[in-house]
Amino acid sequence: MAGRFRSTSPEAAAAAPGAMGVRTSLVRTPTVRSRGEAAIRAALFVAAILSVVTTVLIVLSLVRETISFFGDVPIADYLFGTKWTPLLRGDQQSFGVLPIVYGTLYLTGIGLLVAIPLGLLCAIYLAEYASPRVRRIVKPIIETLAGVPTIVFGFFALTFFTPEIVRGLGIEVNQFNALSAGIILGLLVLPTIASVAEDAMSAVPYSLREGAFGLGASKLQVSLRIVFPAALSGIVAALILGASRAVGETVIILIAGGQSANLGIDPRESFQSMAAFIAATSRGDIPTGSIEYKTIFVVGFTLFLITLLLNALSIRLVRRYRQVYE
Amino acid sequence: MTGAQIAEKARSKPSVLPAPNGRDQLYGRLFRFAMYAALFLAFLGLGAILYDVAISGAPRLSTDFLTKFPSRIIPGNSGVQSALLGTLYLMLICAVFVIPLGVATAVYLEEYADRDRWYNRLVEVNIQNLAAVPSVVYGILGLAFIVRGPLGLGNVLLAGGITLSLLVLPVVIIVAREAIRAVPPSVREGSLALGATQWQTIWKQVLPGSIAGIATGVILALSRAIGETAPLLVIGAAASPRFNPDGLLSDFTAMPIQIFVWTQDPNREFVDLAAAAILVLMIVLLLMNSIAIVLRNRYEQKW
Repeated sequence: MAGRFRSTSPEAAAAAPGAMGVRTSLVRTPTVRSRGEAAIRAALFVAAILSVVTTVLIVLSLVRETISFFGDVPIADYLFGTKWTPLLRGDQQSFGVLPIVYGTLYLTGIGLLVAIPLGLLCAIYLAEYASPRVRRIVKPIIETLAGVPTIVFGFFALTFFTPEIVRGLGIEVNQFNALSAGIILGLLVLPTIASVAEDAMSAVPYSLREGAFGLGASKLQVSLRIVFPAALSGIVAALILGASRAVGETVIILIAGGQSANLGIDPRESFQSMAAFIAATSRGDIPTGSIEYKTIFVVGFTLFLITLLLNALSIRLVRRYRQVYE
Repeated sequence: MTGAQIAEKARSKPSVLPAPNGRDQLYGRLFRFAMYAALFLAFLGLGAILYDVAISGAPRLSTDFLTKFPSRIIPGNSGVQSALLGTLYLMLICAVFVIPLGVATAVYLEEYADRDRWYNRLVEVNIQNLAAVPSVVYGILGLAFIVRGPLGLGNVLLAGGITLSLLVLPVVIIVAREAIRAVPPSVREGSLALGATQWQTIWKQVLPGSIAGIATGVILALSRAIGETAPLLVIGAAASPRFNPDGLLSDFTAMPIQIFVWTQDPNREFVDLAAAAILVLMIVLLLMNSIAIVLRNRYEQKW
């Protein structure tokens, strides 16, 4: 799109001299009209810059308090400590972040265990098997799932899934437990994975499928051995995107996962994630500059870095699969 | 030979393809079964959520529920007036910030930006990354810069609105860019050839041609904004206030916060109120989505 309208740039005019070496510029001198155009362009640019400003502000706010936090707590204690009790007083207070990082990954892991197989099967069905008519019905239903606010998932996990389904199946769980929260987290990211993976598979050119069918491959073989591998980087990007959503999800875990920093492996127990810790601790009334306040920022910064890393990875992968076929 | 005869002959010949063997067919069937099972589970999840909310919430739904204020003591005397109004105001504030900023950014990136310039690439990468920042981190930003710090507004309606605006701005930009990109270059070329300036072309041709897509994106973004809980929790929205916000600098609450507060109540009757409030929120979202669909069908341009 660059320069779509610029009929003649100054450089091009200079490079194409008129007859007998007389340089005739096609670029007009500024008029009221062109000044107005330039002003509009500048205003639009300022709006675009706002997104950069937002990022800078996010990083700034996180870094400032994080540095101040590490003035009070040694960085090694934070990164490698295994006891997370920042809100207690005196000797009981400890700032080892590992339990909530582990809790975040543990819950995300349960979620992905649910969302990856279900999401990919849905994606393969929509991309390869479904007739256009079925697709028109099924796709909006899956997208509806993506539009349900996360608080509703949390409500469902706490008031129905844990007591009626999980306990109904005879699994003795705490009221707040990683199992329910994780499974419902999986339900939340399922549409993300399904729709991004489906896009990736739909982008695989049809000639690849025709070639395989021509060689006598079955539908299943074409789907799993031709289309799936051809779309693999896009599919991996979908999974990373799903993981990144799960890592950042707050309310489901806050409501149904509980608030105890846990380093165990029993999913029937309560776990806490980084995002849930932030929301549980900050309710608008903690004093600025207190250690609780700084803790929110340092955990937020950790979370921010993890999701940024995941996102960078996914953007890179998507770009790679685009380069192949478009 | 007639066509029918050729077809007959072809049919009588054995296929060059290997006969489908039993194992492949079995795998094919199993795979189909697995896909149907996955779809079924996804639908079941959605169905169970709607069922749970409807069963506990529907009996509580009444006009009283919409017009009363939340009570901390008597569940039967509780309503969502302050939360519903808070949510509607938040939506308005978001729209005021997000529509001009989002569309301006999208126009700049699609119509003006030279992608070889590092600063334009920076803006693009930035927007992609902002869209992936967890909402709770936006809450922290709101707390540090809007509620306290430089702006120092306090935990008021405007602070909530700005925080949510920043959160959904990337969504609006991304969708608006797609809508603008869908306007074919020939439309622009025609306009420019008739002597219109670049801005006249954008204002009179490109934007009217992409308005359906932009409006859909804005509505989607606003429905995401009013469903968000985490950022409002972090900046400190009020719990169950018995008053409506009376201005931009007034304390406020919103539907998700009210739902959150009621969900956490040990009293089961309050939990049922949470379900009723979820129904109200979902009806609002459904209305917004219907508007989006109508807009898209009515104004969508076929090029």
